Order: sequence, then C-alpha cells, then structure tokens
Amino acid sequence: MENIDNIYEQLDKELSMNGADNLREIRRGALEKFRRTGIPTTRHEEWKYTRVSSLFNKQLNLPVSGADLPFTREDLDALRLPGQAEANELVFINGLYSAAFSVIRSSGIEIVPLAIAAENEYAPIVKAHLGHSSKYHEDGLHALNTAWLRDGAFVSVKKSAVPEHPLYIINIADARKQHQFLQPRCLIHLAARAVLQVIDNNITIGNVDCLTSQVVEAVVEEAAFLEYYKLQHDAPNSSIVSTTHIRHVGKSNSHVVTISLDGKLVRNNLNIVLDAEHCESHMYGLYMPKGDDHIDNHTLVDNVKPHCFSNELYKGVMSDRSTGVFNGKIFVRQQAQKTNAYQSNKNILLSPEASVNTKPQLEIFADDVKCSHGCTIGQLDEDGIFYLRSRGISEDMARSLLLHGFATDILEQIKPLALRNYMEELINHRLELKEYEY
Amino acid sequence: MSGKIMENELNTIPPHVFTEYKYGFVTPMETDEAPMGLDESTVRFISAKKNEPEWMLNWRLKAFRHWLTIKDKEPQWANIKYDSIDYQDIIYYSSPKQKIAPGSLDEIDPELRRTFEKLGISLDEQKRLTGVAVDVVMDSVSIATTFKDQLKEQGIIFCSISEAIREHPELVQEYLGSVVPITDNFFATLNSAVFSDGSFCYIPKGVRCPMELSTYFRINAENTGQFERTLIIADEGSYVSYLEGCTAPMRDENQLHAAVVELITMKDAEIKYSTVQNWYPGDKEGKGGIYNFVTKRGICKGDNSKISWTQVETGSSITWKYPSVILKGDNTTGEFYSVAVTNNHQQADTGTKMMHLGKNTKSRIVSKGISAGFSNNSYRGLVHVSRNAYNARNFSQCDSLLLGDKCGAHTFPYIEVKNNSAIVEHEATTSKIGEDQLFYCNQRGIDTETAVALIINGFAKEVMNQLPMEFAVEAQKLLAISLEGSVG
Repeated sequence: MENIDNIYEQLDKELSMNGADNLREIRRGALEKFRRTGIPTTRHEEWKYTRVSSLFNKQLNLPVSGADLPFTREDLDALRLPGQAEANELVFINGLYSAAFSVIRSSGIEIVPLAIAAENEYAPIVKAHLGHSSKYHEDGLHALNTAWLRDGAFVSVKKSAVPEHPLYIINIADARKQHQFLQPRCLIHLAARAVLQVIDNNITIGNVDCLTSQVVEAVVEEAAFLEYYKLQHDAPNSSIVSTTHIRHVGKSNSHVVTISLDGKLVRNNLNIVLDAEHCESHMYGLYMPKGDDHIDNHTLVDNVKPHCFSNELYKGVMSDRSTGVFNGKIFVRQQAQKTNAYQSNKNILLSPEASVNTKPQLEIFADDVKCSHGCTIGQLDEDGIFYLRSRGISEDMARSLLLHGFATDILEQIKPLALRNYMEELINHRLELKEYEY
Repeated sequence: MSGKIMENELNTIPPHVFTEYKYGFVTPMETDEAPMGLDESTVRFISAKKNEPEWMLNWRLKAFRHWLTIKDKEPQWANIKYDSIDYQDIIYYSSPKQKIAPGSLDEIDPELRRTFEKLGISLDEQKRLTGVAVDVVMDSVSIATTFKDQLKEQGIIFCSISEAIREHPELVQEYLGSVVPITDNFFATLNSAVFSDGSFCYIPKGVRCPMELSTYFRINAENTGQFERTLIIADEGSYVSYLEGCTAPMRDENQLHAAVVELITMKDAEIKYSTVQNWYPGDKEGKGGIYNFVTKRGICKGDNSKISWTQVETGSSITWKYPSVILKGDNTTGEFYSVAVTNNHQQADTGTKMMHLGKNTKSRIVSKGISAGFSNNSYRGLVHVSRNAYNARNFSQCDSLLLGDKCGAHTFPYIEVKNNSAIVEHEATTSKIGEDQLFYCNQRGIDTETAVALIINGFAKEVMNQLPMEFAVEAQKLLAISLEGSVG
C-alpha cells in the first residue's frame, strides 16, 4: 500500500501549508479519517463482497489542477449522449471540473467551482451540506475524496426554476497512458420549488486501467423535485466507486434510476436521507454484469422524519462469470413514525459461473411503520419460454424477450425519452448478441 | 363455528397472573465448585472431576490453548451491546453435591427433586404420564436421565455427555467437534475447553425413537457459567424429536451461558430439535439476566436426511444464537422456525445459516420477531448456495412486530448464490398491530390485552405449530407472560 502512503503524505503536506480557506477544515478532518480507516478491505462489513484494495496495487496517477487539457472540444462532442448537445453540460476531466467544456444552456441554473462557492454567497449552503454524506461512510475511500477535494463543482438551481433541459454530468478519464485515479466531487442544490433532471455518465478514453471515486451530494429543498439518472456503460478497464447522496431538507420528491451495464468493478452507494416530513423517494436499478464484471449496488434510505414514503426496485441479470451484489438498507429512526418503506430486489442468474450476493437490511426503531422487503434469485421462467417456443419463436429469442421484459420495468422509469430509447437500444444490442449456454 | 375456534384460541392464553419471572427461585443446595477463574488448571479440574480419559483432556486443552490466542477477540459484529465479560470472574464448574451417582430416580436429593417439581417437571410424573424421556442438567452437571432402560431396549443411547465419554468413547471421539470444530468461534472454543455436561443421544439404524427426548437446563448457583454440550447422532433411517428447555434464578448480575449443540444425520435420518428458552431475562431496568451465547449447528451428512430447528426464545438478557444446517448430502432438507420475543431491555440477535452444498437441497426459514419495551430484536441469517449445489431451493420469511415506540426490529439477511439453478426467495415485513384489528376484537367484546395476545398468537402460529404438543401449550403461555404489561 505504498501508493496510499504517498497520497497521504502529499495531502498532509498540502494541507499544512500556510493560507486558509473554508474547505480546509473539512478536508483536514477527512484526511485524518482516511489515515485512521484506510482503503476498505473485505473485512469491512460494507465491503464484504467487493474487493477494492487490489485496485491500489499499481502506481496511480493523481491529476494536477491547471494541467493542459488532454482533449479538444471535438473529441468530446463525438461522445455526447442523445439530447446532450442542447442541454446543460457539467464536464469533469480526470476528476477535475472543467469550466472550458461545461456549458449552461438553460436559465435558472448555475455552475460555480466549489472552492469559489465556499467563499461567496453560497458559502452557508456549502458549509451546511458539503460532506454530509461522510456520516454514512465509515471508510477511507470516501474520506479520501473529501480530503483530496479540489476543482469540485457546485450546481445551484434557483428558487422555482424549472430548467427546460437536463443537466448532464460527464466524467471523462484519460486512460491512454497512465493509471488514473479520479475523484470528482459535486454538490447540487435545489432551492424551493426547483426541478432538475440530472444524467450522470462516465467515459473512459484509452485502455489503461483507471479508477474513479466519485461523490455527488444533492440537497433538495421544500417542494423541489430531483430526477437523477446514473448511466454506467463504460470501458472494460474502468472501475468506479460512486456515491450519490440525496438529502431532502423540505417536503420534496426524488426519483433515481441507476443502470449499470459495463465496467470492471462498479460500486454504487445511493443514500437517500429523508430529513423532512412528507418526502417521497423512488429508486430503481438495473445491473447486467457480464464477463468478469463485478457490479455492486448499496442503497440506504434513512428515515429521519415522520410521514415519508420510499419505494425501491432493483433488478439484476448476471451472465458469464460475473458477480452482482445488492445491499439495501432501510433505517427508520424512532421519531420517524408513519414511515412507509418498500424494497424489492430480483435477480436472474444466467450462467453456472455467475453469482449474486444480496442483503436487504431493515433497521427499525419506530413502531407505527410499514416496511417490507422482498428478494428473489432464480432463472427465467420455463413456462414463459415454452409459451413463446410453442408460437414459433426460437429459444434464444424467447430468452431475450423475457429478459427484455424483465429490464423494461426499470427502463420505463427513465423519463427523458431520448435517454430511455438510447438505453433500450443498448440493452437490446446486448440481449441479441448474447448466446446463452445451458 | 368460528366462535368455537375463537374460544379455543382464547383458552390457550392464560390469565395474566404472572407479571414477574416465575422461575426466579433459588434452591439452597450444597454445591461442589471449581475455584473461580479460568486457567489450564480449571480445565484439568473439570476433566478430573468427570473422570475423563486422556484423549478428552487433551481435546479440551487444545481448545483452551486456542482460546488463549483469541481471548481478546470477542465477536463484535452482532447487533447487541453489553459490558465486556470478565472471564476470570466466573465459576466454570458447579455441581449439586451428591455422594454417589443415582441409580434410580428415588436416590436423587429430595431438595433437587422439589426444584424440578417447582419448574413443572416432576421427574416421577414425567415418567408416568407424559412418556417424555428427560435428561436434567443443573448448573453444570447432568442430574437425572429418565426412561433410560426403555430406550436401551431399542438400542438408543440417551445419557449425559460425561457418561457417553466414558461408556461410548468411539462415538464421541468420532463426532464431537465434527460439526462445530473447536476453532469455530469464540464461545464455541470456550465451551470446548470447559464444558461440564450436557446430553448425548445416538439413534441406531432404522429406529424411530418412540418418545420425545428432552433436556432441561437449570442454572442455580451464583456466579456460575453454564457450558453444556449436546451431541445427537441419528444413524441411517432413524428419527428423533428432541426438546430443550431452560430456566435460571433471578439475580442482579449477569450470568454466562455458552452452549454448543451438534446434530448429525446419516442417510434418510431426521432430527427435529425444539427449544423453549426461558432463561432469566433481567428485571424491568435491564439489570441481571443471562447472556446466552449459543452455537447450534447440524449437518445433514447422508442423502435424503433432514434437520429441523424450532425455537421459542423468550428469556435471556442477550440472545446470540444461530442454529444452522449444513446441507451436505443430496436431497437434504433444513428447516428453521423461530419466535423471538424481547421485552424491557432484552436484546436478541438470532437467526440461522443454511449452507447448501449437495444437490437438490431444500431449506425453509420462518422467523417471527416480537419486540416490546426498550428491547432490540434482530434477525440475522445466511443462505449460501455453493457452486455445485444444483437445484437448491430456499424460502425465507422474517416478520417483525413492534409493540411500543422505544423498541427496535432489525433484519440482516445475507443471501449468497453461486449456482444458477438455485431458486431463492426472501421476504420480510415490519409493522405494528393494526388499529383496525384491535378495533375488530374490541367490537366483539374482547378487551385490548386479550386481543393483543390473540393477534400475537396468530402471528407466531406458523412456528408454534411446529412444536411438539407438550411444548406448544407451554410456549404460548410464555409468549403472553413475556409481553405482560407491554401493551395497553
């Protein structure tokens, strides 16, 4: 773990230098936490099924602020998702916010470098909400993101603003020469009655292994509505550990869809903190690892205040030698009476070498609640296949159709039509190419 | 018709006369004790007391030496809180003083017999009426085993484990520690070093045990820990149903109970193991009570065999218990039925592990948790389907009922599947008793307390139905008593 020591020393030196800014305290605290906890091993309960320590065995390159941009505008235009060209773009290059490539095309939305937001009129919001997620993560990887924090972005959606286009958060990794270690950081603030659609995507360019440790924190105020779409369809050499932390501080709603199709190692932490009465949150996930992929979804719903509702549906299809992991936690604090929380996790294993580890977890301290979770692991329905076969559909086609149906439950939760069609195409492509062996 | 059913249901709920723990008496009795504390000499002392052969002493010492290496590593992962246990402040061996081993029931110390009469297990009566063979373990040693001779005729061995070590060393040597090895976990290692007694049972090939076998555990002496060890072997095609009950006096300090139970089924055999655990739960402020750290595990070694665990956990201030089944043979079945009730400041972290290794294995888990007062009740379970366990099937259900807003209910189900022919289902719910259900009962003239007891009985029925008749009635009473005063 020589690499880790180097990172620690480098940051320690940097934070000990003269000068003060509003972020220094939180970074210093996080660095201490990182020193204390280190990179999680599989002995850490939250990392029992996902091994990240081996990713740190090679020399990792930490990007430097202000370095020359490795790409041109044209390079990036070619990588755009449908709808992106007309929408708002927040671009991170190697984990650093790039003002040059980021564009705002709608009114009522603003992007400010986090270091500046911490000093200007946004300072109270940054102070109150930046790093809130660290309470939920007792591991060094998350702390390191905060300790390293530089060139992060702050997104503000003004009161009652309803931007006509979504915000695309695009993380681009330059993996052409060096092993990159990226740690993008973003804080999103939705003021009262604001509405925002976010589409979060990672793109790795090049074939060298790279690791992203991303943290996005979002604050949702009274009567605001956040839609968050996370798309993971990256190169096979990229690994990502991503934390999305949504905190409802006023009566508000959120809608989160996470689709993980590719990636060497994917770990998503989705935290929903229902810190106000009458909040509602819906979470959907689809994970389809193949080859030797490992996709891990950890979700956490923390019911702090009464009268909240949450609903969660995660579905997985594991093929080849891949592994799927699901951990769904629901906390209901003592004062969070009248909570309704539902969770469901369904898995299909397609190959004899695939595996799935799932752990739905309820921790309930209030009595007047309705909570349930359900979880299934199985195969495609033989009756369904027979039904299709008896109508002249080939076996492979029948399986693909059934899997398509399985995935559709999640896909139809993607509200931007262009994105939904794009995702459906990706999945169809995957299903028809694949020949399942039984 | 429905009125009649309702009446029957109501009859099973006793009048609420016992608000306190009714088994909390102490029997004044001279005991033979080991010096307080734990070192190698304690292990040697226990072994010598039991006239154990050399191999047994070595086995214990091996466990003790391993324990020394892990003694600072008490497991921390469970969802329970307690002050650390001082292992030097415990008496590891305590036996009611008795000059000679009793040849028949009549020779037992009359004081001791009165104790068991108070507990509701009159040894004579048991013998005459119920036809249940009982092995009674008080503090650390086995006091009496009934019906021995009748069982012997069929070739069934049912005796204390100390006796088995002396009389049937070949069986004990082969199977002791084969399911729960001495290095298994902290408390199992401790138990292996200092276990003082317990029951041993062997059912020979093709024998269907004609009666329920039963062990009754009682902690009596102060400052003692109880470490019993149970080993049950069901040979090819045999069947046995085994019951276990436990009580302890009320005391202010916490007492440790760390038992190990091992079950082994050969081809076509079946073991049904039922527990009604009613150790002293501590008082209303959470003072005192038994720390119940138990390792129970069975292995379905032969094909088509079956192990079924049923437990009703109402006592103990802390319950840490995961009766498990290793489904090694093909077509084997494992079952786990549990009702865990916690009230006041009790804490329970209990559940099961189902390890699917053979082909066409099946397991079923039904866990019902009821929490009241300031208690915390956790279900922790693992369903593991290994790479070669083709056509494994599991169904798990864990439901929690919350009575009061100061208690907690938690579920930690781990599901690990490495074979694509497996079908695994898990579902869990948490809720309180519905206002509408209570209203329905009130409307029909059933007062709230009775209505709650009725609803709880219904909630737990799926598990209660698995208990043998004699226990089911007792267990239902226990449920109502444990929750006394927590509603209203």
